[in-house]
Amino acid sequence: MKVIGLILVVILGSVLVYGSLEFPPWGDPTSPASSHVSPYYIEKAVEDTSVPNLVTAVLADYRGYDTMFETIVIFAAGIACIVLLRTFKKTESGSRLYRHIPTGITLKIEKKGRFPEDSVVFERIDSHWVPHDLIVQTTCRMIVPFIQIFALYVIAHGHHSPGGGFQGGVILGAAMIIYAIAFNLRSAIRRMSERSTVMLSSLGVFIYAGTGALCMLLGLNYLDYSAMAGLLGVDPVTARSHGILIVEIGVGIAVMAVMVTLYYNLASAGRHDEGL
Amino acid sequence: MIWQIEIVILIIVIILAVGALSVKDLLGAATLFGAYSFMMCLLWAIMGAVDVAFTEASVGAGVSTVMFVAAVFRTSRRTQD
Repeated sequence: MKVIGLILVVILGSVLVYGSLEFPPWGDPTSPASSHVSPYYIEKAVEDTSVPNLVTAVLADYRGYDTMFETIVIFAAGIACIVLLRTFKKTESGSRLYRHIPTGITLKIEKKGRFPEDSVVFERIDSHWVPHDLIVQTTCRMIVPFIQIFALYVIAHGHHSPGGGFQGGVILGAAMIIYAIAFNLRSAIRRMSERSTVMLSSLGVFIYAGTGALCMLLGLNYLDYSAMAGLLGVDPVTARSHGILIVEIGVGIAVMAVMVTLYYNLASAGRHDEGL
Repeated sequence: MIWQIEIVILIIVIILAVGALSVKDLLGAATLFGAYSFMMCLLWAIMGAVDVAFTEASVGAGVSTVMFVAAVFRTSRRTQD
C-alpha cells in the first residue's frame, strides 16, 4: 500500500512540476495576473485611498467585502471550536493541589479543608506537575507588554508597512497565550475570561460589518469608506484611509479573541480548568 | 535575489516537510512544522511578498505551533502509524 502511495505521489508531483513549466516567468508584467486589474491598483491606490501599502489598500478597501467574510470565517472557527470541545461537566474531585512557593512543598487539600487564597506564598497548581520557574515567569511578565505594544503598532501601522489587523491580532493573542504558558491556564482565564473573549470576537466582526452598514446609511455603497468623510470631518480620500484603520481594528480584536478562545479550549480539552 | 540562498532554503523546506511527515514523535513533528513555516516565511520575504511573510511568521510559525503543542498535550505524543 505504501509503495502504491509513493508511486502516486511521485506521478502527481511530476505532473504538477510539468504544469508549472507553463507558468509565466516570475514578475512578468504581461502575465494575466498582472495585466488585468493590478495596474489600476498600482497606479491609483495612493490617489484613491492615500495608503502607501498597496496590499492593505487592496485587502481592506478594494476587496473589503472578501476580508469581511474572512473575519467571519475566523469568528465561525472560534464558535465551532467552542461547540465541539467545550464541556460544562464538573470532573473535579474536590481536592486541590497547592504549592507553598518559599519552600516548594506541594500540599494536597481535601474537599472539606480550607483552601488558601492565591498569593505570593500559595499558588494553586494542576495535577500535571509544573515547576515554579521564576525566570520564565519574570521574563514573560516583562516581555508581554512589549509584544502587545508591537501588536498595536502592527495594527495601526498597516497602512505604511507590512502588517494589519490579522497579523496584529494574532500577535496580541500570542501575548495572551505566552502568559498562559508561562503561568497557567487558570491565571490567564482570570485575566481574560471566556465570556469576554466571545464578546470581543463578536465585537470585532460587528465593528467591521457596522462600518460597512454605516457607509450604506450615509448614502454610498456597502464598505465605501468615503461616505464617512462628513462624519470624520476630512476629505473623501483621507476618509478611506481612516475607514481602513477602523476595520483593521475590528479585525484585530476579532482575531485576537478567537486565537485566545482556540487556545483555551485546546489546552484544557474544553474544561477551562487546568492546562498547558 | 541571491539564488544560492534560495536553493538552500528550498532544500531545507523539503527536508523539514519530509521530516515532519515521517517523525514518530508528534511534538517533534509540531516543532518541525513550525520550522517549515519559518522557512516558508523566508521564501515569501525573498519573493517580495512581505505581508504574506508576516502572516506566515505570526500564524504559521507562531500560533499554529502552539495549537499543535496544546493538542499533543491533550492527546497522545506518539503516533499509531
